[in-house]
Amino acid sequence: MSRPQPLVVGAGPAGVRAAETLVRAGLRPLVVDEAPACGGQIYRRPLVKDERDARALYGSEAGKAQRLHGAFAALADRIDHWPRALVWNLRDGRADIAVAGESRAVAYDGLILATGASDRVLPVPGWTLPGVFTLGGAQVALKAQGCAIGQRVVFAGSGPLLYLVAWQYLKAGVKVAAVLDAAPFAAKRHLLRGLALAPDIVLRGMRFAAELRLNGVLLRHGICDLALEGEGRVAGVRWREGRRERHLFCDGVGYGLSLRSETQLADLAGCAFAFNQRDRAFLPQRDSSSRTSVRGVYIAGDGAGIAGADAAELAGERAALALLEDRGLPHAPERAADLERKLARIGRFRDVLEAAFPFPAQWAARVKDETVVCRCEEVSARALRNAVHDFSLDEINRLKAVSRIGMGRCQGRFCGAAAAELLAVETGRGVEAVGRLRSQPPVKPVPLTLMPREAAE
Amino acid sequence: MSPRLHVDVAVIGGGLVGSSAALALSQMGMRVALLDRRYCGAQASGVNYGGVRRQGRPPEQLPLSQRAHAVWPRLKALIGIDGEFLRSGHLKLAMSEADMASLEAYAAKVADCGLDLELLGHNELHRRFPWLGDAVGGSFCAGDGHANPRLVATGFAAAARRAGVHVLENAPVTGVARNGAGFALEAGEGLKLTAGTVINSAGAWADRFAASFGEPVPLRRIYPSMVVTEPLAPVLTVNIGMEGGGIYARQVERGNCIVGGERAEALADADFSRPRSDGALAIMSRAAALFPGLAKAQAIRFWSGTEAEMPDRNPVIGPSLTTPGLIHAFGFSGAGFQIAPGVGQVLAELVRDGRTTTPIEAFSIARFAAGASTDRTTLGSGAGEEQEPQRRGA
Repeated sequence: MSRPQPLVVGAGPAGVRAAETLVRAGLRPLVVDEAPACGGQIYRRPLVKDERDARALYGSEAGKAQRLHGAFAALADRIDHWPRALVWNLRDGRADIAVAGESRAVAYDGLILATGASDRVLPVPGWTLPGVFTLGGAQVALKAQGCAIGQRVVFAGSGPLLYLVAWQYLKAGVKVAAVLDAAPFAAKRHLLRGLALAPDIVLRGMRFAAELRLNGVLLRHGICDLALEGEGRVAGVRWREGRRERHLFCDGVGYGLSLRSETQLADLAGCAFAFNQRDRAFLPQRDSSSRTSVRGVYIAGDGAGIAGADAAELAGERAALALLEDRGLPHAPERAADLERKLARIGRFRDVLEAAFPFPAQWAARVKDETVVCRCEEVSARALRNAVHDFSLDEINRLKAVSRIGMGRCQGRFCGAAAAELLAVETGRGVEAVGRLRSQPPVKPVPLTLMPREAAE
Repeated sequence: MSPRLHVDVAVIGGGLVGSSAALALSQMGMRVALLDRRYCGAQASGVNYGGVRRQGRPPEQLPLSQRAHAVWPRLKALIGIDGEFLRSGHLKLAMSEADMASLEAYAAKVADCGLDLELLGHNELHRRFPWLGDAVGGSFCAGDGHANPRLVATGFAAAARRAGVHVLENAPVTGVARNGAGFALEAGEGLKLTAGTVINSAGAWADRFAASFGEPVPLRRIYPSMVVTEPLAPVLTVNIGMEGGGIYARQVERGNCIVGGERAEALADADFSRPRSDGALAIMSRAAALFPGLAKAQAIRFWSGTEAEMPDRNPVIGPSLTTPGLIHAFGFSGAGFQIAPGVGQVLAELVRDGRTTTPIEAFSIARFAAGASTDRTTLGSGAGEEQEPQRRGA
């Protein structure tokens, strides 16, 4: 019997480059992706083709997007591509994949996880109001559906995406009322260090800010106590700058604090995790070649730690070369070393960005008791604090057990970070000491009527 | 915390049995240490299905079960929370005439035990429970119900802590031996205790302690497998079981339906387990067929855990035969949740009085002593084996 094909999970920048590299070596990977078309979140395609060209959709990254889409299209008859498919469980070389209403159990030999990232959110009052989107969600609405999240929009939070999305809305003709950055202005001095490492990215960010300002968008730094207000839908934002309280009317809010890695599948695959200070999260351990602690399992792109789309392309290729090497196939060691050098350089730039957009570590001490932390299960900060003290808890899975935090539809993907921060503050320890939520299948909801079917080889 | 602790009773294992015993002993004025290798209530007590069910238990368990039955409505007073206990009633379904005959035979056998079972034929069943799919009949026990195991188990341990019990978590017992009139224990990193009495309520880990006192037992680990739906409008008004196995299901107040059946499997670290994909899918399709109201629901979460099962599926409860001062209480075979609060009281009486008012002879470890006959020996993972419903669910 021939060896099963390698499995690539995700068809974003990392997954596409991984698949391409495997194909070049003569392998035929199965590429499984939740989206209808390749590109990942960053180079996502419109659901229905419209009049916008690549330049309008992807701005300065149009060339990269087109090259990635083109590269994947060229693989069409040399890979198996399952779009709109969810890998909902992994175990011992077998993946359970929900596709077209049935669950297919697929054996694989070599697994490249390119699962990407989603928005990191720390709950603020009103964050569950209709009209409030994550920054990534606001971007997807525009990119994939040609929709704006409101007619007078405020963007708040932190991270490079904050300015990018605001600028994209501005360019699309939407009234952007304000950009509210939780990071203090002084932190931006770190970007000067970044000029040497990634001048184009830093300069582009500066241009975004300048254009926003020129177009009358209010830019504020070091904002805190953000609150989103409205009856039935968001109608305004309130925040504080020093001692001064401020307010703006709006009908749409994009909010987010950088990104967080999607790591559930790495957990189910048995990968060892370690706390990563830069991402302030537990991440699958991997070496510079993208190998995890589990033989035959590789991880690339933002799912391994936030590093952006350029790094994802490099890491996807690097992961595939590692897989080839482990299979005894030609694996281009010089190219691999070059990729690792480039990735290390991007890593240094990530340090700069993290310093320029620091995590608001004071959030957990300040979040109001009545703020809902877990929107799936409707668990408030008060309920979490009470649970910690009533049950003398100091571990995140125990907090989950008694409070339901992380038990809902999102399985902790959106509330887990906030819950860990809260637990850390309530028990007087660092967030790395409270543990991490153990993943369980299914990684996302699946229909009860999902019918099993063995995939034909 | 003192690294050398002198207590009257050391309880090994902070599950529901150990925690409720510790609380009861503390309320009797005894000094108690409750030790758990990880976290109290995190294993079988906290990860079981959550059925609070007397129906289906063998007659020898019913006195103990009735004793526990009186505790459940008083949880709020006892541990400060109600544990989401709902006296919903427990409906056991028959899918064939033969299964209906078994339900009738059971009802006759336990007629004097106070369960007040109500046998329902096909038409009456569907008139009372119109949300049910196809079934031949059923047996309804109105006094049974369900609760949230994660809260109840942890709540007993928290209440014990508030009552003055030394609750020592992440403190695996590495040594326990007779020492003069009592026992010397070593736990965790450098923790030393002396105790007059030791209770072995270590669940799936209890066999190693029993063996260390010369009482090997044929305990094996089993792993329940549960599927949870997203919150739904009320569908299942009662706790559901099935004669002959296959499925058990309940809907919590928040709206999520919990559906169990099949078995999970251990991970590389055998203290952790995870539902099997094929098993979970089988449970899901059974649920969608039996409860048409769930057919459009999404499954959002699976869970599993580690339980201990004895070959005859009765627990081991009672004094050691080899070692004075040692009392065993383990091996609840997937049916410990409902009776555990009663077992805690019984254990406390055994410690204080040397005897208990509730008959427990059937659960003596003597039945596994060398020379005693057992109906079968089973060692292994148990994965994939169908459970018997009368032992499940609680």
